[in-house]
Amino acid sequence: MSAHAMNAQAHASHSAREAHHDAGPTTALGFWIYLMSDCILFAALFAAYAVLSPATANGPTGAELFDLSFVLAETFLLLLSSVTFGFGMLAAVGQDRPRAMRWFIATFLLGAGFLAMELYEFNHLIQMGAAPGTSAFLSAFFTLVGTHGLHVAFGMIWLATMMAHVMKDGLTDTNLTRLNCLSMFWHFLDIIWIGVFTIVYLMGAL
Amino acid sequence: MLGKLTLDAVPFHDPIIMVALGVTGLAGLALAAWITRAGRWTWLWKEWLTSVDHKNIGIMYVILAVVMLLRGFSDALMMRLQQAMATAGAAGYLPPDHYDQIFTAHGVIMIFFVAMPFIVGLMNLVVPLQIGARDVAFPMLNNLSFWLTAAGAALINISLGVGEFAKTGWLAFPPLSGLQYSPGVGVDYYIWSLQISGVGTTLAGVNMIATILQMRAPGMTMFRMPIFAWTSLCSNMLIVAAFPVLAATLAMLTVDRYLGFHFFTNDAGGNAMMYINLIWIWGHPEVYILILPVFGVFSEIISTFSTKRLFGYTALVWATVCITVLSFIVWLHHFFTMGSGANVNAFFGITTMLISIPTGVKVFNWLFTMYRGRVRLETPVMWTIGFIITFVIGGMTGVLLAVPGANFVLHNSLFLVAHFHNVIIGGVLFGCFAGFVYWFPKATGIKLDEKWGKRSFWCWLGGFYLAFMPLYALGFLGMTRRMNHSDNPLWTPYLYVALLGVLVIMAGIACQAIQLWVSIRDREKNRDLTGDPWGGRTLEWAIASPAPFYNFAETPHVRDIDAYWDMKEQGLSPKTHDFRPIHMPSNTATGVVVGAISTVLGFALVWHIWWLAAVSLLGIIVTPIIHSFTASDGYEVSPETIEAFEREHAARLRQAQRSPAELVGA
Repeated sequence: MSAHAMNAQAHASHSAREAHHDAGPTTALGFWIYLMSDCILFAALFAAYAVLSPATANGPTGAELFDLSFVLAETFLLLLSSVTFGFGMLAAVGQDRPRAMRWFIATFLLGAGFLAMELYEFNHLIQMGAAPGTSAFLSAFFTLVGTHGLHVAFGMIWLATMMAHVMKDGLTDTNLTRLNCLSMFWHFLDIIWIGVFTIVYLMGAL
Repeated sequence: MLGKLTLDAVPFHDPIIMVALGVTGLAGLALAAWITRAGRWTWLWKEWLTSVDHKNIGIMYVILAVVMLLRGFSDALMMRLQQAMATAGAAGYLPPDHYDQIFTAHGVIMIFFVAMPFIVGLMNLVVPLQIGARDVAFPMLNNLSFWLTAAGAALINISLGVGEFAKTGWLAFPPLSGLQYSPGVGVDYYIWSLQISGVGTTLAGVNMIATILQMRAPGMTMFRMPIFAWTSLCSNMLIVAAFPVLAATLAMLTVDRYLGFHFFTNDAGGNAMMYINLIWIWGHPEVYILILPVFGVFSEIISTFSTKRLFGYTALVWATVCITVLSFIVWLHHFFTMGSGANVNAFFGITTMLISIPTGVKVFNWLFTMYRGRVRLETPVMWTIGFIITFVIGGMTGVLLAVPGANFVLHNSLFLVAHFHNVIIGGVLFGCFAGFVYWFPKATGIKLDEKWGKRSFWCWLGGFYLAFMPLYALGFLGMTRRMNHSDNPLWTPYLYVALLGVLVIMAGIACQAIQLWVSIRDREKNRDLTGDPWGGRTLEWAIASPAPFYNFAETPHVRDIDAYWDMKEQGLSPKTHDFRPIHMPSNTATGVVVGAISTVLGFALVWHIWWLAAVSLLGIIVTPIIHSFTASDGYEVSPETIEAFEREHAARLRQAQRSPAELVGA
């Protein structure tokens, strides 16, 4: 409050009003920090899985349960959804709303497909007698994969909300910032899934 | 319809609980009646509960902490009384079932709902002011974080009257906390109150990091940040890195209890030691989350009241960063007795001892800041000096505990209890009190009474030594922690002295209550007209007290670590005209609503009221979505409004007859 006279001159190019705080870059940085915390949450779940994966308690092992070709298809659905989201973001930044919406719908459908496959797999495993309560290994498996699935479901709710926002207000700065955060979230889930695919399924099927 | 909840859940048979509930209920009713009579409900809702102003939220955090301190302290008093009565073969007045809930609640409340909100509240109040910011990076999220913390606190208080609390100790180790050995709702209350408040804390951490990294005033490079902002940054990094581990660990315990999973059970391959590893991977950084910010508080105070620049600012910053990193590689020292082998124990013993080096650096920073300074022995400094002495003792017993061999003897004994109270009371709590006295004028515009402040300090200091030094001795004499009753006549005198100590601490708390009362009663006399009651050095003292809602009429320009001191030396006077409009965020009810629904969600989950849980979960998802469609874009403060505020401040400064030059003492 004191040194303001000289401050005003030093910042002559500053906008006519005092800076607003909730600006895009700050939101993006904040969201990055949140993603890192989410990453640590997954790290804890991965660690628990690593510790408990040998603890099959005479129940089925990963090698007996996992169907790699099924999981590969599931994986490609999710990876493809990242690609479509990327095209959607390009269209959004280019202010092409109809095109962006088409890509977002494609992303939503791919996410839904991934989730449906995951639920099918869970159901199938439980029917086979490989339920989360069967062994510590399966507890850790269902928790890790299920937490990722919950994240995808949450991402889809968010995506649907964002499509409503874009339909209502168009590709405003606020909506672009929100979409930017959502796209980081979506790609982040892809990266986590690569970890799941490698550590849970590939290493488990060996 | 109501799950496991029946009328039997209310402990009508227990007079102690019923009296506690009665007193709390009456106090609540009296407060509500007072607000109604003053016609203040709308004001409370509009100006406070829905406020997105970081200062109001900071104050609400501190109020929450103080209220919960009273409950946590009542638990402490009851435990000391029980152990003093139930010695030499007597049974005491608390049955084990109740006593176990009390020591669990005491630990949980003191860490999660006293120390954490106090620290987060101070950071909220002060950091944006210190870095010359308008508010935090995400004001609405800040409000939500507070209400999630409050929701956790509400749940733990509900457990007093409806059902029970965990009987497991404050970290709820399985298999004791598993369904097999804790079939009641106590552990579920524990889980959901910590899970909900933990989400709030994580979001608060994200918010504060973004604020500090993005919103510093022009000219304030990282190494020109006030030291409290630095320690807050490190503490919040620890929050963001550690709290997700707590969330994951509690989630695993939850599915064990609710869905029959086998993470930590004795059968089907579960691994209870994994819980203990995971919880301490959060738990050890947690103690640094608490202590780092108060290191900052003490640094600010010692520099201000020594009328000297902080000695070795850069060293102190790097020491803080070192502690931040080291805090993640010491967790195993909490369970050397697990049996991980001599080499693993030696590694963690050494990393633990290493932490005493950067901490020692800080002690010398403070000592050399005082050296040849003009130290004014006002209350904040008393707390600081009391801290330095007490904390060094606690630190040394910590290094002793870090020796695995010694630890095998002292593990789970009262020596350990004495050690961590030594550092938490002598460190964190003294720091919170010091910060409370120091920044109280900035938050409210009133200086706290010195006389009662000093009385409170001496009672706390003396009471602390009386209460906890005997516990060191008792630990050596073989007394383990959490004992409901004992039968060793040798222990009796020590337990009596410890009880006396806690009574002296009670006198200290009474002095603090009187201090508040007296200071508010004589507020006209105690008013801080200048905004700079202590001869401050950092930016928060450059503005009026209480700080105007927009903080800085114009963003300051920073040239020095002690930015405001530098301005005073330049002789800059506050500007009184020619302001630009300021954009401010609007208040929102979203945070309160989500917090309230979260309390309902927690309660429904504790009692297995599934329909209510589903409805409230839906509410928690939908409310922010609605908010995203309806939130206002904020509002603009006109230059005239700002000018009126700033002119009033300038007039008050003249009334106090202090020019900037006088403030420096030039």
